[in-house]
Amino acid sequence: MQIAIASGKGGTGKTSLAVSLFLANADRSRLLDCDVEEPNCHLFLKTRFVSRSSVERRIPLLNPDLCKHCGKCVEACQFNALAEAGKAGILVFEELCHSCGGCSLVCPTGALQETPLKMGAITRALVAEKAELITGALAIGHTETPTLIRAVKKKQPDPEVEFTLIDAPPGTACAFATAVEHADFVLLVAEETPFGLHDLKLTLKALQKKGLPFAVILNRMRPGFSSVQEFCKEKNYPLWLQIPESRDIAGTYARGGTLLDAMPELQESLRLLLDKCAEELLCNRRN
Amino acid sequence: MKIAFSTSGNTLESLLDTRFGRCSQFLILDTETKDYEILENTQNLNSVQGAGIQSAQTVLKTGAEALVTGHCGPKAFKVLHAAGIAIYLAENRPIHDLAEAFAAGKLALLTDADVEGHW
Repeated sequence: MQIAIASGKGGTGKTSLAVSLFLANADRSRLLDCDVEEPNCHLFLKTRFVSRSSVERRIPLLNPDLCKHCGKCVEACQFNALAEAGKAGILVFEELCHSCGGCSLVCPTGALQETPLKMGAITRALVAEKAELITGALAIGHTETPTLIRAVKKKQPDPEVEFTLIDAPPGTACAFATAVEHADFVLLVAEETPFGLHDLKLTLKALQKKGLPFAVILNRMRPGFSSVQEFCKEKNYPLWLQIPESRDIAGTYARGGTLLDAMPELQESLRLLLDKCAEELLCNRRN
Repeated sequence: MKIAFSTSGNTLESLLDTRFGRCSQFLILDTETKDYEILENTQNLNSVQGAGIQSAQTVLKTGAEALVTGHCGPKAFKVLHAAGIAIYLAENRPIHDLAEAFAAGKLALLTDADVEGHW
């Protein structure tokens, strides 16, 4: 099953949780780093590089000899990626192109041919020689985040494992939506701050629109602060794990360590967490 | 010749709008007859991306040979330059002032984009 680890606000502990979940379940899980604008799961893992493949998108290439300057492509483009510049003919702005292929479709002379442009790469690596980490990284200057996230998620599982963990990008926009798309379950990491609660609410709105089942993981829990807990209680949302605010966790993280390094006692809870996700999936299917 | 001015007003007393891609309209002035017309750019005001490119094409279609605006980004510059339209930068002064300055050769000709995209 696919489990996405998401949050609205950045820096709530998505990667911390994802990496530790992955390590605690190394025998039965794979981790996809879908925060492709700045993937960082690998920083916390001892990995052995396996392979790297490019991800391409298609952009129109103009053959000026065939172009009759009819302007149909400019009219068809919904993204202003093509322009008619008088006697200079048609100009292509590839950075604005969304690779829809519309321009080459409407071109009556075949002057626009779709050609591949490298937009990023996917890296496969192994942790402890068995657990697979797949990392998507967008090339500098490229902005087509959802396209690359889809490519990462499409990578065929090898070998087949029980749980595919997805470290999602922050926010509630396209990148987040693509990362949680088709997930069987979403673990929402929220931090106990006013900003954390605000963004949790935004993320919940987005998830509920998609009808995705979820549970909340509370991070940076501090005595005297309980706004997220109260919110979950009031709405009857499942709150599955609470991680305390701790200088030790922060220090370990800063040295490249994981939540599990700082709190080895979490091992069992992190295994149970995935079992719980599987149970929820079964219950949902039965219903 | 025809000159295009980016503006938010409807007359020669109106001020120049220093934005190019997302200005609300263009005033196209015929320097010989002193006739002018207003061309709306509202579609571009709300376009998600490529507003400068669209505006450049709008100016191009009017047959203007010169454009007076406040700033010009790289993509708009590329289109205007390729189409052979001269770009002059000015401050938000009344258009009739700028038309005189243009006639007197007092406006600065732009040779490359003066601001980044999405400025």
